[in-house]
Amino acid sequence: MARQTRGRWLVIAVPYLWLLALFLVPFFIVFKISLSQDAIAQPPYEPVFDLAAGWEAVRGALEQLNFDNYSYVLSWDNEFLLAYASSLKIAAISTVLLLLVGYPVAYGMARAPKSIRPTLLMLVILPFWTSFLIRVYAWIGILSPEGLLNQLLMALGVIDEPLELLATDTAVYIGIVYSYLPFMILPLYSALEKMDETLLEAAADLGCPPFAAFWKITWPLSLPGVFAGCLLCFIPAVGEFVIPDLLGGSDTLMIGKSLWTEFSVNRSWTVSSAVAVLLLLVLVVPIVFYQNVQTRQMEGR
Amino acid sequence: MSTGVAEKTQKTVGGIRRKFAPWTDPKAVPLIRYQNVTKRFGSFTAVEDLSLDIYEREFFALLGPSGCGKTTLMRMLAGFEEPTSGRITLAGQDLVGTPPYKRPVNMMFQSYALFPHMSVWDNIAFGLKQDGVAKDATAARVEEMLKLVKLEQFARRKPHQLSGGQRQRVALARSLAKRPKVLLLDEPLGALDKKLREETQFELMDIQMELGMTFLIVTHDQEEAMTVADRIAVMNHGKLVQVAPPAVIYEQPASRYVADFVGDVNLIEGKVESNAGGLVRVHAAAADMSLTIAQDIQAQPGDAAWIAVRPEKVRIDLDPPADRSVNCVSGTIWDIGYLGDLSIYHVELADGSRIKAAKPNLTRMVERPISWDDKVWISWSPDAGVVLTS
Repeated sequence: MARQTRGRWLVIAVPYLWLLALFLVPFFIVFKISLSQDAIAQPPYEPVFDLAAGWEAVRGALEQLNFDNYSYVLSWDNEFLLAYASSLKIAAISTVLLLLVGYPVAYGMARAPKSIRPTLLMLVILPFWTSFLIRVYAWIGILSPEGLLNQLLMALGVIDEPLELLATDTAVYIGIVYSYLPFMILPLYSALEKMDETLLEAAADLGCPPFAAFWKITWPLSLPGVFAGCLLCFIPAVGEFVIPDLLGGSDTLMIGKSLWTEFSVNRSWTVSSAVAVLLLLVLVVPIVFYQNVQTRQMEGR
Repeated sequence: MSTGVAEKTQKTVGGIRRKFAPWTDPKAVPLIRYQNVTKRFGSFTAVEDLSLDIYEREFFALLGPSGCGKTTLMRMLAGFEEPTSGRITLAGQDLVGTPPYKRPVNMMFQSYALFPHMSVWDNIAFGLKQDGVAKDATAARVEEMLKLVKLEQFARRKPHQLSGGQRQRVALARSLAKRPKVLLLDEPLGALDKKLREETQFELMDIQMELGMTFLIVTHDQEEAMTVADRIAVMNHGKLVQVAPPAVIYEQPASRYVADFVGDVNLIEGKVESNAGGLVRVHAAAADMSLTIAQDIQAQPGDAAWIAVRPEKVRIDLDPPADRSVNCVSGTIWDIGYLGDLSIYHVELADGSRIKAAKPNLTRMVERPISWDDKVWISWSPDAGVVLTS
């Protein structure tokens, strides 16, 4: 009995220890740096805690910590607030686009003959076999003024001169929608595939034509998948750095890019840490919402 | 609804059904007509050149083993399948080509197919809302339905908060709410336990009579079909084998298939010896005896025939009966099945064939008067069995 209990605690402890060592501890290190000041030193901030120097030294170091970096980031004089807002906007619009593209795909997959569904699922996951970075680079080749897309459209006579796609927000949307599509399709597919098709027969039997039945039956029953897909795309899209950096223009503001600039160009570990902590706070809202939806779903079962 | 109180007296609630037999009236116009209906799925023929008439206010059962085409036959009426050829008419109107959402029939699904995201109330109101029925009329109808299935206090619950029996009632209420001309029931009680199923069968009959609607039920449970239906159609391999009231199906089965499928039966193979004056004599090869059946049939001496006798019509005695001239044979008890209300005695005849005899256990008995390996006499009167030629 006692051994059994100990075994159970061990199993439960593994994920918690993992989170503690690889998430919570690093987070507190970042948080501590965000409260420090830049310094020309190694590491490039102060104070540095030195436990060997005794309690007095640690207290002195603690007193040096302050929220100056946060007021700097949150000041209207700097572009950070705009970058947060712009990131949220880009992520929100991308999520809507992802849903519009992903829902019909997932619906088609869920209604496809059972025998070809595994193949379709494989095709959705297939892009993951290539590095994400390489796939985004490939889009540069497609979207550039002499790229494949412009050449094709000109050859077809749709346009006379190349469209300016690369280095615009449009390119960022295309990149995000392309890269995140599997994360939208998979939860939608799993929700739609589970749906009992006799429900649609029942709706038809009670006088509901197919299109109305979609909105009254299929759509509400797929909402858990819609929420899961939207949050799985929205949350990482807010902090996206690679896509706006490679496909976006210099005026594409996203917080991931700002953080990168702050860290690597301005070499301010402290300000970039504050940006990261605030980004996490912004994302806590949708994450908690997602958790709630999931818990409610579990209770529904 | 045109069905008023006056009409209800045609069938009485909870008692013997009187005089409801429109299928015997040549002037009666059927409500539902299947005319030479064939349905194929690829190379598989689910329903083959089938014609069937069902009358208004009838409780009609389609009975058969799984895969016999009974569900396909029903789904063609609901509109989920279109016949490959043939016509299906409802009240004179050809239904073929009409989508399910425009047909005046409703179906209760085997899985109930309740909308999981809607409350009981909204499930029942769904069809009425779909038809644009006014709000207060919808509310009144839903309340009426809830009362009918005794679920008033569960109106706000979601389907997953209900028991299996309650879900079954919601499904029934939902399919009745629109007062369809015909209610289709696809194995409606299959998921309930035996006791609840028996109760619900009687409730279904009461509801059907109260609302004066036509019910078409699909079932593989012969007891259920016998209990609820005015007429039963026994199906096999996409064809109708026999269409008749339950008592006729049971007592005068049209073939060995029907006799064997509905209830328990002893089938004895033989040849017709003579057929005159309403008495058929059949020589049973296995037991090497002549059996007499009082029946008017078309059969010539020498024809192959089978005698079907239900176990409950077979007498079993330890002493030889006084009149040994008619349908009497001796054997030994091979096995006894004690069912509580009945005991089934398996009697082995001299040639090794077996005949079952059922005997009600009229008294509390600890020691049975008849036991294993006893020598017994079994007998049945000439009007107990039937001669089957197919």
